[in-house]
Amino acid sequence: MSRHSFLESTLQGFTRAMSKALQSEHAATQPGLLQQLDPRVRVIGIFALVVSVIICRRLEAIAAILLVAIAIAVASRVSLASLAKRVWLVVLGFTGVIALPALFITPGEPLFTAPALHLSISVQGVRTAVLLVLRVETAATLTTVLVLSTVWTHILKALRSLHLPAEIVTMLAITHRYVFLLIETANQMFESRQSRTVGVLSGSEQRKMTARTAGVLLSKSIELSHEVYLAMLSRGFRGEVRLLTDFRLKPRDYAGLTAFLFTGCLAAWMGR
Amino acid sequence: MEEENPVEIDEIMHIPDGYLSPSTCATLYLFAASGWYAALKRIKQLLATRAIPLISVFAAFSFVVMMFNVPLPGGTTGHAVGVGVAAIVLGPWGSILAISIALAIQALFFGDGGITTLGANCFNMAIVGSFTAYGVYRMVAANSKLNSRQRVLAAAVAGYVAINAAALVTAIELGIQPMLFHDASGTPLYAPYPLHVAIPAMMIGHLTFAGLAEAAISAGMVSYLQRADLGLLRGVSGLAQTPGPIIAGASPERSQGRLWWAVALLMLFTPLGILAAGTAWGEWSSADLMNPHTREQIGAASGNHAPPSSVPVGIEKLSNLWTAPFPGYAPRFIKSPMFGYLLSAMFGVGFLVLASLLARVVGREWPRRNLGS
Repeated sequence: MSRHSFLESTLQGFTRAMSKALQSEHAATQPGLLQQLDPRVRVIGIFALVVSVIICRRLEAIAAILLVAIAIAVASRVSLASLAKRVWLVVLGFTGVIALPALFITPGEPLFTAPALHLSISVQGVRTAVLLVLRVETAATLTTVLVLSTVWTHILKALRSLHLPAEIVTMLAITHRYVFLLIETANQMFESRQSRTVGVLSGSEQRKMTARTAGVLLSKSIELSHEVYLAMLSRGFRGEVRLLTDFRLKPRDYAGLTAFLFTGCLAAWMGR
Repeated sequence: MEEENPVEIDEIMHIPDGYLSPSTCATLYLFAASGWYAALKRIKQLLATRAIPLISVFAAFSFVVMMFNVPLPGGTTGHAVGVGVAAIVLGPWGSILAISIALAIQALFFGDGGITTLGANCFNMAIVGSFTAYGVYRMVAANSKLNSRQRVLAAAVAGYVAINAAALVTAIELGIQPMLFHDASGTPLYAPYPLHVAIPAMMIGHLTFAGLAEAAISAGMVSYLQRADLGLLRGVSGLAQTPGPIIAGASPERSQGRLWWAVALLMLFTPLGILAAGTAWGEWSSADLMNPHTREQIGAASGNHAPPSSVPVGIEKLSNLWTAPFPGYAPRFIKSPMFGYLLSAMFGVGFLVLASLLARVVGREWPRRNLGS
């Protein structure tokens, strides 16, 4: 149970999301390895490495990709401390806890037995637990390095040039833009309610308050969508979406793409 | 750990990269892509140029609602996905797109949730969740008035059932991994828990906390909208005389027609069960537990755990209590197993249709008597 009230926990969640977004924007402008590559190369390359992580069946191959991911992070000026706090510890705390019982309940050759406690750890149990944690850690590291090194609009343009429908890319762009406005609106509603709260609210009151805030936010969102629609109409929107994808691949982009694909294929082949 | 987690949604149902095999991810991407294609086409037909801003802003709203801490009985809190409200306000197609876009922003912008598992997460929460929420809401709400208490109850049930349906599908996806993907020594390569562990582990949390959070937020919001913004509930209310200002729901006649075709198709596919190898896990009779051949199959399907040497007393006692009308999915007098499967499917579907018709009649009568209207 949280030691904070549900209001404070929600407000903290909003603040964390905002600070994470700011951190990403700041990191994306650093002069690093990934930042210098074409966004399409970054998206395809990191996706290829993530796919190779889930194809690999050997621990050594996945560990090698993790090392590559850490090297990419360092070369892209992504702080290892922030990766540890943001990814490694969080994954260990979540997937580590999920994987723990697998040590005991996976059938196989016994590695360690404590008859007094009726506990037995199997070789297969240890392997599956380590495999799961390592896989999730590596994939999450790669994804976070991509997110931290790429401006959101570039990810969207890359997705569009990879033939994702223009409507979906536009929706992702508009949603991203208004997520922060709605977080700010919800934040203000909760703060103003909290500043007027004296004493302790009953559980039922708290639930009603949360639902009411969500309801008001919904009404505001619908009104906002009308305004956005009218603004789009005023600019001549007729339902067709055209996006500029003015990326040009340079020799270093081709080299980067080849390196990513070669590493991914090699790891998948070695770890088969 | 929790302090660093920026978007604390229902983490367990939000499958990260690494839990599912590449082939499972690809299959679920394909399912999700079919859903997105159909939803986009349908929404563009219904809303024309208004679709993009409405769905986008609603997706932003869904994203923010996923971050709300919903207070639950007992002093704890839970997070809702918001799929109940999305399906009630936008209808199933709009809800699929809005929830999927919110999940995509989480994965691609915040790095929360997997990239390879995005298809699976969208399939579970956006597609299964939206259709379940919409179906349950329409069924329980029936033709009640927009401001009736029955609609609040319907929203609560819709949110609760939808989140549990999504959790069940997630548990099945995770639970089939060790069965299908393991190495020569028997080490599971992805999610390590079989169905008989994954399903209870997943469902306990969702039948209690996550389900209650979704039910509370869905019911609370519908109750609020009934008083403050009734128009938002009109779109998919099913009441023909009240066209909604936001979105027109799927035409009941047309969607029901499609539903009947889908049910008929599924019935035709029921004989596929004959092709299944091995044993249906957990569906063993006392005769199966005594038969050496079936005992081998039970052992193989249970991670090489040998079944008990004698029939458990409970199974023996209860085995004579109830005999299914069609044991083994076929009446005894039917010789062709394929025809037997089809007949059983027709009987089962017919029984469910009758039961749902009965539930609708009771649903219509109950509020009239209890609310005195």
